[in-house]
Amino acid sequence: MAVIEIESLTKDFEVGFWRKRSVRALDGLSLEVARGEVFGFLGPNGAGKTTTLKLLMSLIRPTAGSARILGEPVDSVAMRRRIGYLPENPYFYDYLTGEELLAYVGSLFGIRPPMLDRKVGELLQTVGLADARRLQLRKYSKGMVQRIGIAQAILNNPEVVFLDEPMSGLDPLGRREVREVIASLRSRGVTVFFSSHILPDVEALCDRVAILDKGKLREVGALDAILNVKIEGHEIILARISSALRARLGELCDRITPLGDRVAVRAATARQVEAIVSAAVAAGAELVSVNPIRRSLEDYFFKEVEA
Amino acid sequence: MRVLAIARNTFRENIRDKVLYNLVLFALLMIVSSLALGQLTLGHTDKVIVDLGLSSISMIGTLIAIFIGISLVSKELERRTVYALLAKPVHRWEFILGKFLGLAFTLTVNVVIMTAGLILTLACHGVGAGSCLRLLPAVYLILLSLGLTTALALVFSTFSTPALSALFTFFLWVIGHFNGDLLELGRLVESAVFLRLCRVLYYVLPNFSNFSVIDSRNVIQSAAYYRPIDPWGVAWATAYGLVYGSLLLGIAIAVFSRRDFK
Repeated sequence: MAVIEIESLTKDFEVGFWRKRSVRALDGLSLEVARGEVFGFLGPNGAGKTTTLKLLMSLIRPTAGSARILGEPVDSVAMRRRIGYLPENPYFYDYLTGEELLAYVGSLFGIRPPMLDRKVGELLQTVGLADARRLQLRKYSKGMVQRIGIAQAILNNPEVVFLDEPMSGLDPLGRREVREVIASLRSRGVTVFFSSHILPDVEALCDRVAILDKGKLREVGALDAILNVKIEGHEIILARISSALRARLGELCDRITPLGDRVAVRAATARQVEAIVSAAVAAGAELVSVNPIRRSLEDYFFKEVEA
Repeated sequence: MRVLAIARNTFRENIRDKVLYNLVLFALLMIVSSLALGQLTLGHTDKVIVDLGLSSISMIGTLIAIFIGISLVSKELERRTVYALLAKPVHRWEFILGKFLGLAFTLTVNVVIMTAGLILTLACHGVGAGSCLRLLPAVYLILLSLGLTTALALVFSTFSTPALSALFTFFLWVIGHFNGDLLELGRLVESAVFLRLCRVLYYVLPNFSNFSVIDSRNVIQSAAYYRPIDPWGVAWATAYGLVYGSLLLGIAIAVFSRRDFK
């Protein structure tokens, strides 16, 4: 069952002071996210990712189309009890301490002490801010703000969590912590919808991704399907090759890369693979491995967007 | 409950932004006036202290109501703190009402402490408790006026920049004190259209003189002479403040509910 249903969602913004003109930030976006999925929402700056998230949070209203979360319209206040949201570059009340911010957010969900105190303590531990619990947020680093942002987004044990660029501004350690939080949410069956520029993280975490560019959906699907369909060739690693074989390989393949006492040979077609392997075996070389060249999400993303 | 949580947080913000530092100014004013006025006035020191004290409470409160009120919503938008908040189970009307109540509570605490300071100063000059109690209706009317000023600033805060909001609120606050003169002006100019226009403005614009003039007497002056203030006048001012304030909050909620947070 889909927990997020987006249908032909469109948003135009008016720009200009005297001569107002309309700019389409999101153009007929339709997609569904199933329960328990970790869904990556990718796209370059200005692609419409944050606009989509704001529409889902009912912070802005659509020009056309509609969206439902957990079967309810996005402006349902009751539905918001069951979701969590981390805005892009979050900024919270900097006069509050981490502990006070979470207690304030908890009170908006009607969580009361002593349950609230316990919950706040657990969450601060989870996001690694237990030592900074009594520090005002104005003294937090960007990474710490991001982590307290994630804590406030999951305080109510949400069924669906929306994270807008959760890895932004984090050091490698912070990124790993956020990855762990997302992985633990997944293991608890929570649906996670997140936008990110950090593609290796998306690749490591997401079941499915959507790629958005200039407000339009370019591709959506399972990560494996998107990447596997695009196999570009094979890489054959050979050892103990003679100079005669090297010359022969030069005729058979597109590219030979020396790797110490081995070589990596790149073949574009299955027929080329067959010919290279036969020639290598006949010349007495050692066949170390034959691997399909599976493009990384990053390669794929840039190629799609550039296209 | 969510309204109270937002109000509590707004109050905490005001306290931590050191809004109550104005009390130091007020305390200094009371001490200096208490020492200096005894030398300058002939036997009416307490009356001058009441006049100065209540005027200061009103002026300081108005400045806080305007300058904090105009940033109540705009600061949340500018710093984007509103994004995470409105994604919680919070209605937009709850947000506006919570912000209003938070500042109203800050002003109440402020006014209560300043009034206590004024009474203490008067006690030092030998004014009895009974006379001091006669100041309370005037203080109450000042509080009502501050509530209305806050609501006015809040309306502008929902759609305008802080600078423009401050300007609009201040203009309306000034005009609101001379609202009665609009009707007089309409009567003086012999034009039915102009009179109608003045009448419309008289009823549409906030009338702050309802809180400062009762029974044709200046409230602060009456308090300075420990004269009783007409209870019907106070009741009318209360009813006016509640109705007009509710209308202003309704406008603020309507504007804020339709806003896109780009």
